[in-house]
Amino acid sequence: MALLEIRNVVRRFASFTAVDGVSLSIEVGEFFTLLGPSGCGKTTLLRMIAGFDAPDEGDLLLDGQSLRGIPPEQRPIHTVFQSYALFPHLTVAENVAFPLRMAKVVPDEIRRRVQEALASVHLLEKQKHLPHELSGGQKQRVALARGLVNRPRLLLLDEPLGALDAKLREDMQMELINLQKTVGVTFIFVTHSQAEALALSHRIAVMNQGRVEQLDEPSRLYGFPRNRFVADFIGKINMLDATVTAVAADRLLLEVAGVGAVSAPLKAGVQSGQTGVFAVRPEQVQLLAEHADAPAAANEVRGRILDFLYIGDVTTYLVQLSDGTRLEALLPNSAPGRAKFFEAGDPVILRWSAEVGVFLHE
Amino acid sequence: MSKLAPATITRWVVSGPPTLFMLLFFLAPSLIMVLASFRYPGAFGGLAPVFGGGRPGEDTGLTLENYQFFFSDLLYTEIFLKSLLIALISTLACILMAYPLALLIARSPKRHRDLMVLLVILPFASNFLIRVYALMILLGPQQALASTINGVLAAFGCAPVSLLFSTFAVVVGMVYVHLPFMVLPLYTNLEKHDPTLLDAAQDLGASAWSRFWRVTFPLSLPGIFSGSALVFIPVLGMFAIPDLLGGTRDILIGNLIKDQFLGTRDWPFGSMLSIMLTVVVLALAGLAARLGQRKRDGGN
Repeated sequence: MALLEIRNVVRRFASFTAVDGVSLSIEVGEFFTLLGPSGCGKTTLLRMIAGFDAPDEGDLLLDGQSLRGIPPEQRPIHTVFQSYALFPHLTVAENVAFPLRMAKVVPDEIRRRVQEALASVHLLEKQKHLPHELSGGQKQRVALARGLVNRPRLLLLDEPLGALDAKLREDMQMELINLQKTVGVTFIFVTHSQAEALALSHRIAVMNQGRVEQLDEPSRLYGFPRNRFVADFIGKINMLDATVTAVAADRLLLEVAGVGAVSAPLKAGVQSGQTGVFAVRPEQVQLLAEHADAPAAANEVRGRILDFLYIGDVTTYLVQLSDGTRLEALLPNSAPGRAKFFEAGDPVILRWSAEVGVFLHE
Repeated sequence: MSKLAPATITRWVVSGPPTLFMLLFFLAPSLIMVLASFRYPGAFGGLAPVFGGGRPGEDTGLTLENYQFFFSDLLYTEIFLKSLLIALISTLACILMAYPLALLIARSPKRHRDLMVLLVILPFASNFLIRVYALMILLGPQQALASTINGVLAAFGCAPVSLLFSTFAVVVGMVYVHLPFMVLPLYTNLEKHDPTLLDAAQDLGASAWSRFWRVTFPLSLPGIFSGSALVFIPVLGMFAIPDLLGGTRDILIGNLIKDQFLGTRDWPFGSMLSIMLTVVVLALAGLAARLGQRKRDGGN
């Protein structure tokens, strides 16, 4: 039995439907992520799981029991708020002790478990400080310790890394993964950052306009986006208008705008004559100098470098094809001091194998 | 000569006039009063000269007699204690009535709050004395309120009571006049509370009762403290309300001081009482600050 089952949940506000028929099952011990742009309904769904909002239709079941009518304070579910919501008048230790006090745990036990929880987030030496004396990352860890201290069945994290700077965010991602592994509590993580979702989650539900567009493991979501929205939202991708010309035994033959004939991997349900887009990730596209000597690939097209963006580890090149279509490709700057391989205006060849890319039906 | 930075000049130009005003009209009279408390009263009121001969029957020079007289008669200490007690009761009553009101305003939709605050301070738009006279009418023996209460008392065989000219009436008047001074700082405090904190408390298992006592109330203590100061201190010095609503036994420090200046015309004794009052208030404020500090240190 799933730990949390969301059954066909609908939530409407005056003029729009925030959550529009979502069904999900979340398993024990999972690090599950709700990913989507702002307004996609992920926060509304989270508030319904926590108990601050109720579905208009459908039901939420925890361990097979309906959560209908159970107020937040009686659900074995805790939330880590985006703003951390630490009690400013209580010390770090008192903040962490709060849920234990509410559960009427005996004082000795409270003291022991607070120490344990603070040790797990490396904040023992800060226990007598007030929240305003802590840095953003430390507040974040106190909020985590407070949420986990009395072992909820489920911990909800509402964009908890949003307020941290980039470097700290990466460190916290590592800590979150390790913490979740150690404590074994099921996490539901809400974010609009696809990078965060890919790095942290066991499974991700990509949400858009109140619906789940795709539910999958990170690598499958990235490698096999089901539709245009998911392809576009997760990572960078080149999308070119395409028509299916033939469905062969082992591949699809497409007519792609600006490129011509392209071989792409087979996909169930695709038929000859369908229109849509051919999507291929920049890192799957090989970029070669015009006269380079390299084994021919299934798909090839010529173009000129229009522009490039030096990011550090890689440089992204924007290539313009003869008909004006633009494609992105990237090359790692592995040689020391190497910033770029091409200049704007250089003629280049783009190549990719028949195993990469995906056809997305309209 | 050192050059003055433009910022320094600006600071003095801006803060100069109010500083000068306070020096002239607050500090100077206070010092005059301190001096007066060590002098003798003039034969026809006012003060006897410090140097040189006074009128026949006048003592001149400086004296501690006023202070000695205060401590020689327990009557004054008793009036001080009674005033402190009434101020304390009025302050507590204000807290009990202002808190729910301030909370209601702070949790109302934003567009209604300004109107509600306006209603709270609306009584200030009419004259204070007129409002106290209105209270006299309301509490009067022939009025519905007194008749009802005495009717109920009579039914149980009790003697009728007088609402007006009693300590009760004094406290009612004090609370009525000072309530807005408690509501406003409390509202200002409660309005700033982050509602997410209550969500977090609820999420972590706190009932409505716990959410109030463990989150809202402790966070509102600064509001309660400033409101209490704004009520307690004026109530302690108030003379008009005990004059109008109190009975003959409801003499408070304020009345005592007023009588020294306007009735007995013993300015030195009045000044001394006034200084004693200031000392008591400052001592209480210091004590409260010390307690607040200890609580904060204790938390660490």
